[in-house]
Amino acid sequence: MNENRQGISKGIDTTVMWLYFALVAIGWVAIFSVEYRSGDNALQKIMSFNTNYAKQLFFIGLSIVIGIFVLLTDSKFFTTTANLAYAFGIVALLLVFPFHSHIKGTNSIIKIGVFNFQPAEICKLFVALALAKYLSRLETNFNKTNSHLIAFALTLTPSILAIFQNETGLALVYFSFFIVMYREGLPAWYLVLGFSLIILVVATLLVDKYVLAIILTAVAVFIIYLLYTRFRRYRSFTLMVMLIWGAAVAIQLFAVPYIFESGKILKGYQVKRIYAAIGKDYVPKNAEQLKEIQEKEKGKKKDEGDYNVKQSKIAIGSGGVLGKGFLKGLQTQGDFVPEQHTDFIFTAWAESFGFWGSVLLLGLYLFLILRIVNIAERQRSAFSRVYAYSVASIIFFHVMVNICMTVGLAPVIGIPLPLLSYGGASLLTFTVLIFVLLRLDADRQMVLR
Amino acid sequence: MSVFNQSRKNVIRLIFVSAFAVILLQLTNLQIFSSKYRRLAQENAILRKVVYPSRGIIFDRKGKAILDNTTMYDLMVTPSQVKGVDTASLCRILEIDTAEFHERIISAIIKNTRNRPSVFSALLPTDKYAKINENLYKFQPGFFLQERPVRLYPYAAAANILGYLGEVDTNFLKKHTNEGYQMGDYAGMTGLERSYEKVLMGERGIQYILKDNLNRPKGPYENGLFDTAAIAGKHLYTAIDVELQELGEKLMQNKVGSIVAIDPKTGGIITMVSSPTYNPNLLTGSERRKHFNELFRDPAYPLLNRAVNASYSPGSTFKTLQALIGLHEKVITTDFRVACSGAFYGCGGGKPMRCLDVGTFDLRGAITISDNTYFATVMQRVMNNPKYPSQDSALAVWVRYMNAFGLGHRLGVDIPTERKGNIPTPAYFDKVYGKGRWNYCNFRSVSIGQGEVDVTPIQVANEMAYIANKGWYKIPHLVDSIEGGDKFDLLAPYKNPITPTDIPDSIFEAVHDGMEGVIERGTGIGAKVEGITICGKTGTVENYYRGVKQPNHSFFCGFAPRDNPRIAIMCVVENSGRFGGTFAAPICGLMIEKYLKDSIAGDARKARVEQLASLNLIPPRITNELRKRDSIEQVKASDFNTTKDTLGLEEDPDIKTEKKRSLPVNNDSNSIPGKIKTDAILPDNKMKIKKDTINI
Repeated sequence: MNENRQGISKGIDTTVMWLYFALVAIGWVAIFSVEYRSGDNALQKIMSFNTNYAKQLFFIGLSIVIGIFVLLTDSKFFTTTANLAYAFGIVALLLVFPFHSHIKGTNSIIKIGVFNFQPAEICKLFVALALAKYLSRLETNFNKTNSHLIAFALTLTPSILAIFQNETGLALVYFSFFIVMYREGLPAWYLVLGFSLIILVVATLLVDKYVLAIILTAVAVFIIYLLYTRFRRYRSFTLMVMLIWGAAVAIQLFAVPYIFESGKILKGYQVKRIYAAIGKDYVPKNAEQLKEIQEKEKGKKKDEGDYNVKQSKIAIGSGGVLGKGFLKGLQTQGDFVPEQHTDFIFTAWAESFGFWGSVLLLGLYLFLILRIVNIAERQRSAFSRVYAYSVASIIFFHVMVNICMTVGLAPVIGIPLPLLSYGGASLLTFTVLIFVLLRLDADRQMVLR
Repeated sequence: MSVFNQSRKNVIRLIFVSAFAVILLQLTNLQIFSSKYRRLAQENAILRKVVYPSRGIIFDRKGKAILDNTTMYDLMVTPSQVKGVDTASLCRILEIDTAEFHERIISAIIKNTRNRPSVFSALLPTDKYAKINENLYKFQPGFFLQERPVRLYPYAAAANILGYLGEVDTNFLKKHTNEGYQMGDYAGMTGLERSYEKVLMGERGIQYILKDNLNRPKGPYENGLFDTAAIAGKHLYTAIDVELQELGEKLMQNKVGSIVAIDPKTGGIITMVSSPTYNPNLLTGSERRKHFNELFRDPAYPLLNRAVNASYSPGSTFKTLQALIGLHEKVITTDFRVACSGAFYGCGGGKPMRCLDVGTFDLRGAITISDNTYFATVMQRVMNNPKYPSQDSALAVWVRYMNAFGLGHRLGVDIPTERKGNIPTPAYFDKVYGKGRWNYCNFRSVSIGQGEVDVTPIQVANEMAYIANKGWYKIPHLVDSIEGGDKFDLLAPYKNPITPTDIPDSIFEAVHDGMEGVIERGTGIGAKVEGITICGKTGTVENYYRGVKQPNHSFFCGFAPRDNPRIAIMCVVENSGRFGGTFAAPICGLMIEKYLKDSIAGDARKARVEQLASLNLIPPRITNELRKRDSIEQVKASDFNTTKDTLGLEEDPDIKTEKKRSLPVNNDSNSIPGKIKTDAILPDNKMKIKKDTINI
């Protein structure tokens, strides 16, 4: 490929590089369109540094500088410091609890001088490195349940800490590492089990629980009947079916209602958002949640999550096939979509450039992700491969959850769109994630541990 | 180590691709197939604002604007920007306290949110407007003044004709769907404002305005590409002579009744006075609601247009029509004579109808002195006409005549809620007495315009126009022409003359002779004007309220000049006591003089105007009601002057029964129990009140 080039660009994957710049540029354009109003002197506003698009321009510059530093770093640095970085990340996450600052609804941010530092955000990088380090160890035998559990602990510790910091979105991202583990040999039934659980929970929310119990029972009876008449299978199979049936019914009849409705595990507004994502309205039956939701809604006209999704869908839908044109989106210009420059940045793009614009953007993301998978597969070292898969999975998970949220397929979870959403922390994290990958990839001829 | 898992890369790729496919499907749904979001987006971001055109102006026959537009100002507030405003000085100017101030701010927030302007104080009176405008810098940016077009009545006259605007209600909206009205709009509620609403309102324009998430306007949508301009309402040119109208209202002040004057050639209504009236400007400003309530609760019903909405027995004015029928049916000739020995004995001795002037009269003389016996005989002859098999069919013929003269049905005047009046039909008497169980003697008082006959003032004036024209009339109407043409065909009914009968001119001449005699030497001598030949007829109408006899109505009707009639007029002064010649005739005389000579000549005549204007003839029934209301409300004593009139009047011969003589003119002791209602419909409460039967 580019083996002949010299200096830091030697061996760098230009496709990923271009995709990175394309996405960052799209992000800036979208942020600009959210804030710019006809008549504004854009240049002056950028100079005076008081608009989001001006700040984002600064973050982009900063990211590029840091990206260059990353590329200048020896790739051995990442392998050797992986565990140290992870330890630093966990400590930082723990330090958040006593030292967090009170910034709009989150307590996951530590203020150091002028910088807002969000450990839960940057920790993705450390977990990716640490997981790569652990899985690439010669001693690790990932066929053993023991090593599975260690890997789970490695990824889910920051996740649990993030949940305690009220950052559900960031916490969920750590589940994307299961894709990586699957690639590295995690038995498929872990994933099947996970998916089945999700489907079972959603089904419980959608269908009356007693009806669902009857349906499940009917399916179990049918399978057992088939096993006996058609396949003449052994008893152990029947027993397994019975066990699965029992577990499923127990979950949907008792566990799910407990988790959702008791108010002891999920908060009322969270349940409401989950219900909103599947198109239902949640009216809490227990006093605690009811009171909490009422308190949250006090002074607000509509449920925020619900309103956001509605406005977001309106903005996207009104774009139509060709879009309204750059800076001509009425929903964007009228500030109808809350948080449009951060979590809902996709709506600004989709309204201005319509279906084709959205397809282009999704295509770029998919191309980037698949390209990273390709890069992962061409690595000689397990470390690089695991790390590359981590990057692909994290980006995939972010894009998936974010866009599904804006189009109304997922509950409203505060999670930024990689490289597009406004915000220095998110942009820097993804820049470092990708540039470390590029550095590792450039050195793929070396065997790394 | 994980070489075995090579194949899993494809599974992962598949998961990635299929997840993106799911998003793509939802995007296709949202952006390509679902039009719902595009519609919602429009509702979100585009405000459809109705632009109101100015309403049409109404002019009188000389081109003077009698209903105009003016600009008043609303004080608007944007609650989110009120901070830092000099609240105390604003409160001082508006004469409100801070509690009221906060209340209004809160209600503004409730109505239109804190970011959108709403009305803080509507239609500021001029003095307050001036003060606020001067100090506006103290209240900005939270407060600003917004123009609002308001109706203005430059002459403060003709309130009942012109009508007023009111906010439309759900009922109105139901009746006028697809005409562009919406909640909160104003529309004509009575009078010309209502009947010509379509013309006056103009065409509303629509402006599309961009707004943001807090509903703040942000400028025109697509630079106004989709906007439609408002088209101003068209002007109305009426037949009203506003000076004559003012004179009529002056003459009728402190009286209950009405004056209607029609141009017989065109059917145009020159004047239509309904008394008591009100200053129409009271119903435009910020105090509209308060004034409306006061007027609505006034026992004299100033909101009622008596010219079309009150009905009375016509009394002796009816005799002219009886003469026409008698002559045309050939049951009498102009030389036919009847002797009156004091009463009409044609129905036996039971309860004879008295006549005043004992003697023998021919037709002309009978009209001139208003002889009851003569016309009782005429109608008896009509009823017993051998041409018709029965009294039933004879009465039917008589009813046909009366209907042809414009009585017993709505004329179709161009102001809403006209009354029908009543002409008793055979079917009516069948119902009262049983089929075939009645004859002329049961209703002989009808012959002299009492009893079951009911007419509205406009009908009487129209009947005068018909007699003046010798056999035709045009439906009375106020509006002559509409600016830019009559697009809705509203004026079509008024264009063509109606010739309902083939009565020859000679018959009319005879009636004209009699009517001229009324003015020259008969009961209507009070209407005489130097240099004008007036034909007229007086009427003194007995009436009862809930079975209790009330003071007589004073009636006069006529036309002038005789040879080339230019004005047909009628006047009724309700419950004034006395005779038709006493009050109604001189009022009509002055009106005719003013209209035909353009001014009232001579000091004596001018003094007469003042004298009549200062007369207080408010019926005792209403005075009592007013007093009762005032005392109940603990309001300071009513200043209604109930002194007796000071006119030195000679004994008037126009009287039909002797009963009346004993009746005091101003019966202050008159006490009628219970709630008192007039025999009319109030345009606003749609309350139909049936008049108690009148009988002799």
